[in-house]
Amino acid sequence: MKVVLQNLTKIFPSRDKKSGQEVIAVNDFNFEIPDGKLVGLLGPSGCGKSTTLYMICGLQKPSGGKIFFGEDDVTELSTENRGIGLVFQNYALYPHMTVKQNIMFPLQNLKGKDKLTKEEMFDRTLNAAKLVQIDELLDRKPSELSGGQQQRVAIARALVKMPRVLLLDEPLSNLDARLRLQTREEIRRIQRETGITTVFVTHDQEEAMSISDIIVVMKLGVVQQIGAPQSVYDDPKNLFVAKFLGTPPINVLEGKVSGGKIYIGDEAVLEVTNVDDQDIYIGIRPEGIEPNENGVLTCNLSSVEVMGRDSSVISTHPASLNPIVRAIINSDIRIDTSAQTIKYNIKPHKFFIFNKETEERIYYEVK
Amino acid sequence: MAKNVQDVMQSRDIKKISAVQTASRFLSKFATYAFLLIMALIVLFPFYWMIISSLKTLAEYRQAVPTFWPRQLMFSNYAEAFTTAHLGDLFLNTLYVGLISTVLSLVITVLSAFAFARLEFKGKEALFGALLATMMIPGELFTITNYITVNQLGWMHTFTALIVPFLVSVFYIYLLRQNFMQIPNELYLAAKVDGTSDIKYLWKVMIPLALPTLISITILKMMGAWNSYIWPKLVANDAAHQMITNGLRNAFTDTTGQANYPVQMAAVAIVSAPLFLVFLCLRKYIMSGVSRSGIKG
Repeated sequence: MKVVLQNLTKIFPSRDKKSGQEVIAVNDFNFEIPDGKLVGLLGPSGCGKSTTLYMICGLQKPSGGKIFFGEDDVTELSTENRGIGLVFQNYALYPHMTVKQNIMFPLQNLKGKDKLTKEEMFDRTLNAAKLVQIDELLDRKPSELSGGQQQRVAIARALVKMPRVLLLDEPLSNLDARLRLQTREEIRRIQRETGITTVFVTHDQEEAMSISDIIVVMKLGVVQQIGAPQSVYDDPKNLFVAKFLGTPPINVLEGKVSGGKIYIGDEAVLEVTNVDDQDIYIGIRPEGIEPNENGVLTCNLSSVEVMGRDSSVISTHPASLNPIVRAIINSDIRIDTSAQTIKYNIKPHKFFIFNKETEERIYYEVK
Repeated sequence: MAKNVQDVMQSRDIKKISAVQTASRFLSKFATYAFLLIMALIVLFPFYWMIISSLKTLAEYRQAVPTFWPRQLMFSNYAEAFTTAHLGDLFLNTLYVGLISTVLSLVITVLSAFAFARLEFKGKEALFGALLATMMIPGELFTITNYITVNQLGWMHTFTALIVPFLVSVFYIYLLRQNFMQIPNELYLAAKVDGTSDIKYLWKVMIPLALPTLISITILKMMGAWNSYIWPKLVANDAAHQMITNGLRNAFTDTTGQANYPVQMAAVAIVSAPLFLVFLCLRKYIMSGVSRSGIKG
């Protein structure tokens, strides 16, 4: 089941009666989610990702635009008729029911020809429980489960009615780090096994990148970029996307283009063609600079952090917008930490330049 | 310096400290229990007095120096109380009024609390504010207006007059609404996604979660019906509708104006028993709340 969002817009009326300022939570969102894909909606808090999710599931009405499931326009359809499964950030399990009763609850609401017998209900409950590997825990109450187990129960409850679309609202944010890694693999596995079109919302870019087929980066209600995680990372459309994706974050420096050369401070770091002279922001991925005695960029060396496989070289540069300039290098390369300065070479495909006013990417060719 | 610190640490007499600690623990425990014991005696003494009085003969009861244990146990007082006061009829009347008004009151309370807690409608806050404001009016004032209303409706000397005027309790609605509001919004949204109607959500999720409050309300309402005195006396004090409190008031006074107190005490003991039992059975619900651990964060 593909999901199509067409000019989707959500405007919340103003809370503050004096100014009457409306809040545009989602602004003209166009996107087609291909059938059977796992899509991550990604952005800082307040960017409209949860609102988008709630509009897809029908708990909030769009102010404008349309939503299609397959060929069907579901914009006006009520939540329960859309055939979706939703997992909440805090799981929203019914505390007085056992795991079995929780998972079975959606089935008991089916009416007419969809109505199931007790045996069918139990079979489907058991299947859903097996899928998320909690079939041992059916008689427990939610309070007797760990966070990860509660999360699985919530997913089972969303899956048991065989939804056309599965929606997850910050599914991992209440889990500890280890469990988060494990559960995100689990979500990926369940999504692959069921082949169900899945949308999930997160503010954690690592989480989104690691399991999504497609990520949608949003900022203040506006979609910034849509694409496969790697391609968005390798080819960010603007400074926001470049800064938002990647751990550790991208190094951002001020610079300028002059006479076909990109300058950071007084150093010309790259010769390019077809870019006009102007002031720019420069984004360099930490893996995009490497120490070299004859390097083009000189920084003040601060320290080296060893992380085993890799090392982080921490340095500073007056033009840097971040407090530090970080380079990630193979830990086999030894750095003389007593030196005052360090010189780097630049990998052009990890080196992005942005217009200083619009913060849009400027594409260049290396001479 | 370091040496000194170590000396101080070493020189502490652990045995002495531990002895002082044991003694002070014992003392504080002793004081606590003594206090509880005295309070319990104060609370329980009237009950004790009721029971022994109900077992005395009238002559013994009237002695200038009261006895703490009856010389002759008069269990016949209980039988006499039951027959002379027509306790059976009084019980049935009270039970009837109590049950019907409790059930109806629960229905009204649950539905209005749900509306105020969950539904969105125009003027909700204003209406709720107005309801709360009525709590400021002393109950006695209602007696007058209610009396006039009931009289004009022609409900005098009916069970309707005993039941209807007190079906809506703002306090219970308020209590339950607060309880309902604590149930997280996500549960409602989850139920919506699962295709649950409002009424089913109320029945399957909210009522089970608010059960302790509902039980408290039931008990309070039952006790209210059981103990009500002024209103029944005003509107329905005839034999067919008499409630237990009014029945007890005059049943044991003979023609000379002499009351047979031991028998009256026996009747009071009989009447108190059901409430006492109800409290005993349900106290765990009154005291405890249901855990809400299905929600994280």
